[in-house]
Amino acid sequence: MYQYSEFDDAFVRERVAQFRAQVERRIDGSLTEDEFKPLRLMNGLYLQLHAYMLRVAIPYGTLNSVQMRQLAMIAERWDKGYGHFTTRQNIQFNWPRLADTPDILDALADVEMHAIQTSGNTIRNVTADHFAGAAADEIADPRPVAELIRQWSTDHPEFQFLPRKFKIAVTGSPNDRAVTRAHDIGLRMIRNEAGEAGFEVIVGGGLGRTPMIGKVIREFLPRADLLPYLEAIVSVYNALGRRDNKYKARIKITVAENGLDEFRARVDTRFRHLRSHFRGADQAMLERIERAFAPPAFRSAPLGRYETVRETDPAFRSWTDANLAPHRAEGYAIVTVSLKAHGATPGDATSGQMRALADLAERFGHDELRISHEQNVILPHVHRSDLPEVHSILGEHGLATANVGLISDIIACPGMDYCALATARSIPIAQEIARRFDALKLEHGIGELKIKISGCINACGHHHVGHIGILGLDRAGVENYQVTLGGDGTETAAIGERAGPGFPAEEIVPAVERLVHAYLDLRSGRRETFLQTYRRLGIGPFKAALYPERVDANAA
Amino acid sequence: MSRHRHSPKVVTANSLLEGDTVWLTADDRWTRNISEAEFLEDEAVAEDRLLFAISQHDIVVGAYLADAASSGNGPVPVHVRETLRTKGPSNYFHGKQQREQPLALASHFERA
Repeated sequence: MYQYSEFDDAFVRERVAQFRAQVERRIDGSLTEDEFKPLRLMNGLYLQLHAYMLRVAIPYGTLNSVQMRQLAMIAERWDKGYGHFTTRQNIQFNWPRLADTPDILDALADVEMHAIQTSGNTIRNVTADHFAGAAADEIADPRPVAELIRQWSTDHPEFQFLPRKFKIAVTGSPNDRAVTRAHDIGLRMIRNEAGEAGFEVIVGGGLGRTPMIGKVIREFLPRADLLPYLEAIVSVYNALGRRDNKYKARIKITVAENGLDEFRARVDTRFRHLRSHFRGADQAMLERIERAFAPPAFRSAPLGRYETVRETDPAFRSWTDANLAPHRAEGYAIVTVSLKAHGATPGDATSGQMRALADLAERFGHDELRISHEQNVILPHVHRSDLPEVHSILGEHGLATANVGLISDIIACPGMDYCALATARSIPIAQEIARRFDALKLEHGIGELKIKISGCINACGHHHVGHIGILGLDRAGVENYQVTLGGDGTETAAIGERAGPGFPAEEIVPAVERLVHAYLDLRSGRRETFLQTYRRLGIGPFKAALYPERVDANAA
Repeated sequence: MSRHRHSPKVVTANSLLEGDTVWLTADDRWTRNISEAEFLEDEAVAEDRLLFAISQHDIVVGAYLADAASSGNGPVPVHVRETLRTKGPSNYFHGKQQREQPLALASHFERA
């Protein structure tokens, strides 16, 4: 893992000291809220419905056990004993007191973490494939590049007041687990015909009120050109992006309004100018960062009890079927630990669970943990012989739910239970869906099905790319839920199609149930997933299942 | 605009220090219990009380007028968002619903 240099440490500490003084001045009345708000947002501190909320960056979703234990300590000492992992690989604390936040930031700095640029119109936490450095299908580990981008973008003087927030995601694998096509910039690590490493650069993707799939602005960008090219894109956006209308300020609108060709031409011009300013310091830095991400010393060992336990323990077998992914090293597996126990709040972990995960990472996982945008925790490097013990320990902490990728592995934003922007609750809907399908015992029979729920049009719950997306809205003071179908956040990205009128809260779970039963009736076989069936048949039969009374009315 | 179209309001905000939900009382205090809030049936009075609330920026943040209805036990929220603000989140027994006991910062809020 990357370790802070003296410069990094001094920089983060200085920011905490500045923020401490700012908080003091706000509390003693020297700063008004209007003056203080941009300062607190620069440090990830929001004011939500019931309390302040501190959003802490987990760069490219990577943590070690010491950091995870510190998050557990923070949750216990200054919050209510839990944290919420978000769809952007951050963790949010929902209940800090204003006066405590500088101490929390100091505690984060002690373990090389911070909350800088987790808010505001800046380049936000750079996200990456949560299987980075472990996945069998990976071309290269995207995290060194993500770290380089983090260092370049942190406090970048030109990019502190962009027209709007700016999100970058990187993947090193052809199977896109980082939703790169729904980011302001998505980077896919590829090799050209000559075998040289580079990037496919995608620009102008995003969800929110105007969802768009990103477009390829550069098919092959040589590795050494990455930072000048990124700087060219962001600087063209900074100059061209609209500041007159918040809803038209994201780069996706800039690209759409100016046209990709015009935007690309401007970026190329700017890039030619900037290229000469990068004289190799960035590449030297990247080499240093890469050394920090050297793979752990994987061991070669027999599989031990793994196969035997799989044959004799159905719970273990089911968990290994759902929660493991292929690892690049022989004998190893990537373990996804579900934070979606049926009826639990998606993405929440208690301090006890965080410590248990830290202990497991230390004992069995080369001291590495990852947070996925799907709000689960990953143990990226576990030898299969250790899996029975890992599974058993997870079970003691309520962390052994075998549902990754299944209907109850739901993404949900905090919604109106916490968020000041939300128009409806998300969490109770997720809880109810999970409980319902658990009670029906249908989950494993249904197979891969991604439900994503947002509590407002800003789409933090990624509903547009859910196979079934649910968007909570406010209809005259009452919560109402719209359904979108056929969304996809992977390399075959697609924005879901709105199915029709929304449903009141008490009708949304039965509506989802009708959809799922329709799928089970319509699929060509057990191997055809919901999304495949949807793509084969289109929205028609699913609409009919959602709105049976309309079909009856039409037939009458 | 005629007065009778005005729906009744309460002035609400978040406390500066804890960030939790508070309401303005008729005697210029900030309370953590909406039932003690001043029930504002007159639009002009409501606007005036909001201006007073906004001037209290060393105590509260983000004051605004929220729709309310009267009940035997003082004002109650109308909108589901405001109902959540009076109780706390629905996934855990946290927030207002969690604590009936006096708050550590009560004295700060009781200063007029």
